Amino acid sequence: MGRTLAEKVWEQHVVRRAEGEPDLLYIDLHLIHEVTSPQAFDGLRLAGRKVRRPDLTIATEDHNVPTVLGPIADPVSKTQVETLRKNAAEFGIRLHPMGDAGQGVVHIIGPQFGLTQPGMTIVCGDSHTSTHGAFGGIAFGIGTSEVEHVLATQTLPAYRPKTMAIEVSGELPAGVTAKDLILAIIAKIGTGGGQGYIVEYRGEAVRKLSMEGRMTICNMSIEAGARAGMIAPDETTFAYLKGRKHAPQGEAWDQAVAYWKTLRTDDDAVFDKVVEIDASTLTPFVTWGTNPGQGLPLSESVPSPESFDDPVARSAAERALEYMGLTAGTPLREIEVDTVFVGSCTNGRIEDLRSAAEILRGRQVKTRTLIVPGSMMVKKQAEEEGLHEVFKAAGAEWREAGCSMCLGMNPDTLKPGERSASTSNRNFEGRQGKGGRTHLVSPQVAAATAVTGRLTAPADL
Amino acid sequence: MEAFTTHTGTAVPLRRSNVDTDQIIPAVWLKQVSRTGFEKGLFAAWREDPTFVLNDPAYEGGSILVSGPDFGTGSSREHAVWALQQYGFRVVIAARFGDIFRNNSTKMGLLPVVLPGEKVEALQAAVEADPKLEVTVDLVERQVRWADEAVPFEIDDYTRWRLMEGLDDIGLTLRHADDVAAYENGRQPWLPTTV
Repeated sequence: MGRTLAEKVWEQHVVRRAEGEPDLLYIDLHLIHEVTSPQAFDGLRLAGRKVRRPDLTIATEDHNVPTVLGPIADPVSKTQVETLRKNAAEFGIRLHPMGDAGQGVVHIIGPQFGLTQPGMTIVCGDSHTSTHGAFGGIAFGIGTSEVEHVLATQTLPAYRPKTMAIEVSGELPAGVTAKDLILAIIAKIGTGGGQGYIVEYRGEAVRKLSMEGRMTICNMSIEAGARAGMIAPDETTFAYLKGRKHAPQGEAWDQAVAYWKTLRTDDDAVFDKVVEIDASTLTPFVTWGTNPGQGLPLSESVPSPESFDDPVARSAAERALEYMGLTAGTPLREIEVDTVFVGSCTNGRIEDLRSAAEILRGRQVKTRTLIVPGSMMVKKQAEEEGLHEVFKAAGAEWREAGCSMCLGMNPDTLKPGERSASTSNRNFEGRQGKGGRTHLVSPQVAAATAVTGRLTAPADL
Repeated sequence: MEAFTTHTGTAVPLRRSNVDTDQIIPAVWLKQVSRTGFEKGLFAAWREDPTFVLNDPAYEGGSILVSGPDFGTGSSREHAVWALQQYGFRVVIAARFGDIFRNNSTKMGLLPVVLPGEKVEALQAAVEADPKLEVTVDLVERQVRWADEAVPFEIDDYTRWRLMEGLDDIGLTLRHADDVAAYENGRQPWLPTTV
């Protein structure tokens, strides 16, 4: 019987397999940031251990960094960033600090450097590590104990998750994006639907996506509960990688591509579960609640809790409406927002900024609008294309790179009761600031919403 | 890691689903570089509500958290596990867990127990009827017991053994350092390094 893509990549990385034990899996790339690593480095020091492969490890500062120029004001944040610098120096790990041309959100810079390649295993103490699966590798988030384990051994003990295929047939209609697709998928399978699975996104609509779009999809796999998400590499993948700093060169490139072309699910392989979705029926999608599965097409209205048959879903909806300050039956298009955030590892890449700029060109924003590039490289490219001028002319704020308002660990937060349309990945209670209310949207919907001050699709303008 | 064999204590019913790790410990608490003091941040936003279950004196001292489904979804922050442990919890019972949270728990010796939804519900109701109800979570027998109920749960043999012995994964892996070195010799030559 044939094998799935996930099975092929997994088998390639098994260091040791023994009856009744998890596989010991080799890790090709370990990404590090300031929040989930300090206690792991402390653990190494306590045990007198070294980092086994600093040359397969890279660090950046992203979660705490301010997105306006200047030093970190919060002393606790500053200590955390300084701790990373000290640890990186002590253990010999390459670091891209604030102000460095390579600095940015950890999941944006890996692909930009060409460090994220097909068939690799990639981990990071961050759940959105699933982003890197867009290149056809297995990439997943881990906790600090596992960060320490990877630092010390460059391996992880793990059981192979089950495999799920999400088959996306048809073509996305104009104005409907990768973000709308993944929000629709999460609404369909639920926040727990992917638990215990590696998801492979397949089908015509997925093949037609750019690498940026594919990263948006894989990024939010974790919001459906999946351990990882992946997409088989193809010419789009190779074209993105060719010539990047850490991509193979010359003969090594040809060897690599020959191998990468084998990284596809065999025709006779069997997935543990298959989910089908028709892309051609989709429209812009937004969330109304406090988990990413509570989403609907923008053309619909806030649902009534009574419309849910499952008592757990019903009580979750009741609670969500109360927290969000929404009334059942209100058209989603009538919801007014205070803040628009464009950025994050979900939608902070160049293509996202281009599509937001296209809508804001020649228009004025009505809300506070933060445009936060995912990395300094994205920022530079956007400025070369003049996008920053478009944003500034529209009245939006053009910021430095970082995680920013996605999770509000830096000063970019919502105040209690404030409402945002956000291109990030989580609408959890308080995620963007205590008492803040988040609606997850695509960059296009975010930009259109900034123009009108209420949830708006570009086609409505 | 602290070994876990059997634990008997009182329980706290948390009647919420999708308890994401941002609720368990909000991001502002993640700025600490130490491993201690996270109990103060546990459910920080929810604890501001005087009616929240952890503010109910009836459940004081509870060491077994009994939650609705999809507990520990979202962020990979292990701080969520540390906060629960440092507050005094040894076990979380739910019908479903976020994968990363569950994994982090087993690395730290906080036992995540999956029970069928109706059994979770029954236990919550029993605890609400009698907050001092004695609940036993027996990893040796793979069983949760209260009153005259004895409900089996599943956990793989390897994880169970590691928890019962209180073993550190890194130490176990380092026993296979030769296998790791051998694997490294055979890695594909084009794979990138960060240098």
